[in-house]
Amino acid sequence: MEREELKKIIYELVEKSMGKKKLKQSDILKKVSAEHGVDKGEVKAALRELMDAGKLIFTYFGGSYVEIPPKEE
Amino acid sequence: MGTKHKTPLLDDLEKGPFPSFVTEIKKAAEHSEYAQDLLGQLELSFKEKVTHWKHGGIVGVRGYGSGVIGRYSDVPEEFPGVAHFHTLRVNSPSGFFYSTKALREICEVWDKYGSGLTNMHGSTGDIILLGTKTENLEPVFAELSSRGWDLGGSGSAVRTPSCCVGQARCEWSNIDTMAITHDITHHYQDEMHRPAFPYKFKFKVAGCAIDCIASIARADMSIIGTWKGDIQIDQDEVKAYAAAGMDIQKEIVELCPTGCMSWDGSELKINNEDCNRCMHCIAKMAKALRPGPEKGATILLGSKAPIVTGALMSWVIVPFMKMEPPYEEFYDLVDRIWEWWDEYGKNRERIGELIERLGFPRFLKEVGIEPHPAMVKEPRRDPFFFWSEEDIEK
Repeated sequence: MEREELKKIIYELVEKSMGKKKLKQSDILKKVSAEHGVDKGEVKAALRELMDAGKLIFTYFGGSYVEIPPKEE
Repeated sequence: MGTKHKTPLLDDLEKGPFPSFVTEIKKAAEHSEYAQDLLGQLELSFKEKVTHWKHGGIVGVRGYGSGVIGRYSDVPEEFPGVAHFHTLRVNSPSGFFYSTKALREICEVWDKYGSGLTNMHGSTGDIILLGTKTENLEPVFAELSSRGWDLGGSGSAVRTPSCCVGQARCEWSNIDTMAITHDITHHYQDEMHRPAFPYKFKFKVAGCAIDCIASIARADMSIIGTWKGDIQIDQDEVKAYAAAGMDIQKEIVELCPTGCMSWDGSELKINNEDCNRCMHCIAKMAKALRPGPEKGATILLGSKAPIVTGALMSWVIVPFMKMEPPYEEFYDLVDRIWEWWDEYGKNRERIGELIERLGFPRFLKEVGIEPHPAMVKEPRRDPFFFWSEEDIEK
């Protein structure tokens, strides 16, 4: 799978879960890997690119989660 | 600048002969608005007997999920200087060795971007920089990075590994704790900066069973230096200790936890098969006794402080492992343990708690570790033996 497509899948997964369930990095790796037959390492690399670009961020609420950053006002 | 808040309750904590944290915050308040309002908010907390801090949330530096702990005041209108008061964890070098120049650099950066207050070291082992605003996080990170520093671990990540001073300053260290810690830090950079686990994971490396850094109580994985083979005895030096007034029978033989020693007044004997390598006798008679020649480490797993559930102590999972570069056996073991934890661990469940929940036999079997008598944690208290189907002869 192309890296950009993988990043889109990850982003949409996080977006859909917002307000319902906080996702940990391992939740994303397991789900995307299982549903799309992609190696966890590739999912991790794509997730890292999204983090480095600031599209996704880590948050901390007792444990660490992956979320979309709040829109700047 | 001076202090702008009256602090009669805090002032009471400046009395007495010992250094006072209130005095230190007051010194910082002479040039820091953060420290001024910190005094004010703390006085309010003392008065009302309730904390005014909130923590966590969305705060950090780009690309990292660790190293910054968000801290906010719940009375920001009253104390705007601490409306944001985030903590930075800076990765400490192995064994906490610094040049004075390095410490000055850190302090200069922190006076520029933060409260000027530090904590050397936090209970995690990091250099803790206390109190800055959200908008200062990226600049302070950039400046620390440019000087060769990096943030440490926080959240559900590998925490900054730490160790005793090991062979750099101690004659008893059986392993090079500093090199091991340095290597683990580099090997797990990704796991330290990008939280990927159910919860935190801590490594602590001790050179011997004296365990000066208390790794057995404070690390999910404790690496404790040990040896194989017989304790080396210099009988002349044993006699010299006795001649100098040491009561070998009472101070050494009777305090041996496994009762594996005897002393007839002229010769010290050790039944090495029963020795559990606690280091007591070696530490008491450093000139007379030495560990055996083959050095390595005992790997223990599972300790934690009582945050979500009760405190645990680590227990042995590998009685002896050679700890030599490139540490392939060690990293392979860690990877297998993490895979198992990742598969079955609940959110905010430490590895020790998971083992308690699912059982030690299952952990050993699924992670692929051979059972060993040294793993029996409490031999006189275990009321049951658990047998699997295949163990039972039909």
